[in-house]
Amino acid sequence: MNNNETLSQKERHFPWKHVVGFLTSIVLTLVALWIAFFSAFSVRTIVILIFSLAFVQAGLQLLMFMHMAESGSGRIQVGHILFSAFVAIIIALGSYWVMEFGIHLDHHM
Amino acid sequence: MDLTWDEFIVTGDPFILAGQISILFTTVAIIFVLTYFKKWKWLWNEWITSVDHKRIGILYIIAALLMMFRAGVDALMMRTQLAAPNMPFLDAQHYNEIFTTHGTIMILFMAMPFLIGLMNVAVPLQIGARDVAFPFLNNLSFWTFFMGAMLFNVSFVIGGAPDASWSAYMPLASNDLSPGPGQNFYLLGIQISGIGTLATGINLIVTILKMRTKGMKLMRMPMFTWTSLITSLIIIGAFPILTVALAMQTFDRLWGTAFFTLQDGGMPMMWANLFWLWGHPEVYIVILPVFGIFSEIISAFSRKRLFGYTTMVIAVALISGLSFLVWVHHFFTMGAGATVNSFFSVTTMLIAVPTGIKIFNWLSTLYKGRIRFSVPMIWALGFIPNFTIGGVTGVMLAMAAADYQYHNTYFLVSHFHYVLIAGTVFGCFAGFIYWYPKMFGHKLNERIGRWVFWIFMIGFNICFFPQYFLGLDGMPRRIYTYFPEDGWFSLNFLSTVGAFMMGFAFVILIYSVYYSYRYEKRETTGDPWGVGRTLEWATASAVPPHYNFARLPEVESQDAFWEMKQKGVDPNDIDEYHEIHMPNNSGNPFIMSSFMFVAGFGLVFHWWTIAIIGTIGIFACMIQRSFSRDDGHHIPAEEVRETEEKIKEGHMNGY
Repeated sequence: MNNNETLSQKERHFPWKHVVGFLTSIVLTLVALWIAFFSAFSVRTIVILIFSLAFVQAGLQLLMFMHMAESGSGRIQVGHILFSAFVAIIIALGSYWVMEFGIHLDHHM
Repeated sequence: MDLTWDEFIVTGDPFILAGQISILFTTVAIIFVLTYFKKWKWLWNEWITSVDHKRIGILYIIAALLMMFRAGVDALMMRTQLAAPNMPFLDAQHYNEIFTTHGTIMILFMAMPFLIGLMNVAVPLQIGARDVAFPFLNNLSFWTFFMGAMLFNVSFVIGGAPDASWSAYMPLASNDLSPGPGQNFYLLGIQISGIGTLATGINLIVTILKMRTKGMKLMRMPMFTWTSLITSLIIIGAFPILTVALAMQTFDRLWGTAFFTLQDGGMPMMWANLFWLWGHPEVYIVILPVFGIFSEIISAFSRKRLFGYTTMVIAVALISGLSFLVWVHHFFTMGAGATVNSFFSVTTMLIAVPTGIKIFNWLSTLYKGRIRFSVPMIWALGFIPNFTIGGVTGVMLAMAAADYQYHNTYFLVSHFHYVLIAGTVFGCFAGFIYWYPKMFGHKLNERIGRWVFWIFMIGFNICFFPQYFLGLDGMPRRIYTYFPEDGWFSLNFLSTVGAFMMGFAFVILIYSVYYSYRYEKRETTGDPWGVGRTLEWATASAVPPHYNFARLPEVESQDAFWEMKQKGVDPNDIDEYHEIHMPNNSGNPFIMSSFMFVAGFGLVFHWWTIAIIGTIGIFACMIQRSFSRDDGHHIPAEEVRETEEKIKEGHMNGY
């Protein structure tokens, strides 16, 4: 009951949050596009920049559109996402770092 | 796979023949007893299809005890073979198979189900809920675990057991070096039971976060509930890694892909990496709940509030984070280089900090407590020093440079048995005895319980303490025999004596279940130990009615039931009863899991038709479930009143 009331109260306001999220997403995408096609950075820099922008945008969308932090269990949701991100990063980067010595072995090339 | 009959059924080994005959006789005996006493319907309605969290917990624990028996026999066979140099008891192949099944079963089909069983029994009660969040899923979790475990277990009589150790390193586990169906049993058995584990993780998280009773804030939750919550988080983080790694190795073996092969650009060491990325969090999955159990027991039998509750929670959370940062210490010698090894050396040693905090918290809880030396409590008191020995040798192993000496010796074997037995097994036994009246309505006999503890604990130390020195003397693990000149005879013999003492203690424990069923007095209150602090002891009867609480208790502080007792409030003094909404039983999970068994069995032998039939069956069950409407049922207020009155007159107890 309580939740419904607060929701309908919020709907009466102009959805600034969505507009800001939408515009920021567009800007971030355009910046990424510009970096990829028109900038003079090295490939390595481009990849790093695009990936960072992608992660920023993913976080933004989770907050602005998916209402991650808003419901009653908002803090728990954010905690879960952060924990999952932590595990995913450990698995991907950790494996790469640990296995690096194997990747450059000659038989692999 | 082209197999003749004598390859399909394992032949030629007297022990396996004895196993086959005893399996046959046991099956016939069980079928006969169930038919003679007309218990089939009872079995189906009351147990197999039950969604009651307490019954599912009991099923888990029974399965875990069975698995402990099986893997324990494996252990005794290994110890017999190693008792003296040049023993002719087992050949190399058979020894390899036995240490593989011992490790896999003890970790995945004994330790985890035992703890999940205890969580199932205790957690919903501790948070004042009537069941878990997803009762259907809970039943499905049990049956997928059970079918996976059975698929793994039939391997030693049908097709041949896996022999590449529980860590199944590639390329040893590949088709080239481990031909035949054995390793496929490992892959598919664990894969199927892994579904159940993952589902349990999700189920427990949602249960604990969403179904706490009024006033049960997170920081008021009992410590066992806290550790179960964090364990479930680790399960959700870690088990997908195992699922993917197993699937990749399955593809390598069944369909010729090259993820971990030596040829075609595969990376065998990536298997070790992924396996331990899951494997290390896994050992925390089997130890954190135990920390919770001991926290409950030590606090209850010291009759004091747990010392340092907040630091305890923080320590568990830190351990769960660190558990994902230490996996490389399982393969320091693989050659990843000094930087990588140093990093993981430091993170591993860091684990000792939160664990040390917990040890001191337990000691401080004991300090000036009015300690009662009941059986669960002596297990807890035995745990602290023995586990600490395991922890300290763990820090020794954590030093990467020194580890080059210890690696793959009996020093390591002894270390992980000291943490897994003195930690996990002591904890499982302690929790089993502590919550036994909650499950069956009577305690386990105290006198026998003390014998079990002393024989097991002394046997455990006689078995594993010498192994530290065997390791330092250079005895490698996973060897099936040694020579008299090696000088390992006396310590090995001592170790074997200890192992048989542990086996003997296990037999007495099982006997005490029978003895107590016959002779122990039936408990009439919900708080049989008289020292209960948390809500599972606040039920009307020793074994809670299947809806747990006629009226959900309200909580005002930590140790809610203790507070109620102090204030003289009886939570079961209810004037007005309300109807209770409960979930319906379902036979679907059992059937779905049986199809998983069929599909897995087909894949093991490359029998595609059977595999496809099984898979169709699985999907049919899923579709059936998706399209059926199941809103559960309501127990009318009148029926609740009748049940509660019967309980008060003492007419209802036990299953």
